[in-house]
Amino acid sequence: MPKDATGVLSEIKKGYISKKLREGLRGDGRKLDQFREIAIEPNYVPRAQGSAFVKLGRTKVVVGVKIESGEPFPDTPNMGVMTTNVEMLPMAFPTFEPGPPNEESIEIARVVDRGIRESKMIDLEKLCIEPGKKVMIVFIDIDVIDYDGNLIDACTMGCVTALKNATYKITPDGEEIPLPVRSYPISVTMVKIGDEILCDPDLEEEQMADARLTVTMTEDGSIRAMQKGNNGTFKIEEIKKAVDISERVGNDIRKKIVG
Amino acid sequence: MGTPSNIKLIDENGLRLDGRGDEELRPIKITTDVLERADGSAFIEWGGNKILVAVYGPREAYPKHTQDIEKAVIKARYNMAAFSVDERKRPGPDRRSMEISKVISEALSAAVMLEQFPRTQIDVFIEVIQADAGTRIASLTAASVALANAGIPMKDLVVGCTAGKVEGRIVLDLSKEEDNFGNADLPMAVLSKTDEIVLIQMDGELTKDELNKGMEMILKATKRINEIQRKALSEKYTIAQNKEEGE
Repeated sequence: MPKDATGVLSEIKKGYISKKLREGLRGDGRKLDQFREIAIEPNYVPRAQGSAFVKLGRTKVVVGVKIESGEPFPDTPNMGVMTTNVEMLPMAFPTFEPGPPNEESIEIARVVDRGIRESKMIDLEKLCIEPGKKVMIVFIDIDVIDYDGNLIDACTMGCVTALKNATYKITPDGEEIPLPVRSYPISVTMVKIGDEILCDPDLEEEQMADARLTVTMTEDGSIRAMQKGNNGTFKIEEIKKAVDISERVGNDIRKKIVG
Repeated sequence: MGTPSNIKLIDENGLRLDGRGDEELRPIKITTDVLERADGSAFIEWGGNKILVAVYGPREAYPKHTQDIEKAVIKARYNMAAFSVDERKRPGPDRRSMEISKVISEALSAAVMLEQFPRTQIDVFIEVIQADAGTRIASLTAASVALANAGIPMKDLVVGCTAGKVEGRIVLDLSKEEDNFGNADLPMAVLSKTDEIVLIQMDGELTKDELNKGMEMILKATKRINEIQRKALSEKYTIAQNKEEGE
């Protein structure tokens, strides 16, 4: 995240967080693998074909899914199309600026997209209406409206909820068809501070983190997407540990958001 | 992803399409000091990949708000030539190349002694002349050589490789076909001496055991690739020395 007068973490606060971590506690009293409170309101935007309002602690995102007919890509004539876009709105944080997506928001969108795509959550083949000519296109658009860390997980949860409840029509007066959904990917983002690995970093933890790792898994225990971020490093054992954490914590989250 | 029935990626003898075994790398060649103007440069040929890397800096960071008062900022720009892939790629940055630029910048930042050059930027310009799977890792491997060639103080070289899953098997250094039709792709890069992971990404489908196997395979391979990097760097100076002796 960009640094400026409002984005910089004070040394006192840093010291406090580090001290607490050595006692196995986090600044806000959470356990290392504990997520903040998750509150998701499905179908928040009835005008969209699928939607969700996600609160992950103080981070807030709105996910809207629009499904329209269009042309397939030439190399996948029998498959529907899915796109993911993240808008980090200037209202969400003092240093967010309007304009075309920057590196940060592109990375977030691509990591979220990868998790959903590689999990084969949407059965894209079922979205083919006429091979090579007409398929359904699933547009996933995410508005970040309040930023307090861990956008990747908030966005993934929102997408999963929105897609799970999404319906579409092939013709304007046709019947509502539920989007063909096969699995529920859950991403778990962790950061490394010192030697500790923390789940669901808030803004302060994100700002002082050495390195970040996202692991997205499906209910069958397979790993579908991973992404490391920031300048720090991980040991191979830490990656293995992070995958175990993602599986365990991810299963709990999945129970919460899809039942 | 997913294998079309008409392409068989592993034959009855267990060999891959290009005749390699599971842990066999494609040929890799790195040369340094290939550009005149740049402070440091490297050219890597890895399988069919041909990638040029130029380093400029450390120089004053511009625009000013990108300056870090405590250290240098690495700005890598990964770019694919329009003619580098089968179908012409529209020139200029796209979402994929911006993501790759970001992860490469971050990976290199772990190796360079940034704190020695506050308020500066180090530009790393990467041009993919020909792409043949594994370009981000080949670029990163060459970029760390180019940084060393520029004389920028570094803790270590960054070296990477990819692993992936092809017809249920974990194999090293995916080829173009394996990348397109395989079941998983795992690019990873480490600091050569400490094995600390500076870049890891994954897409596809892997079990925990498969991931562990892939990571171990890559780690082993980076030792070999690191030797090629070191040779490329030392060669430049060895030649100069021999000349002197001949005179």
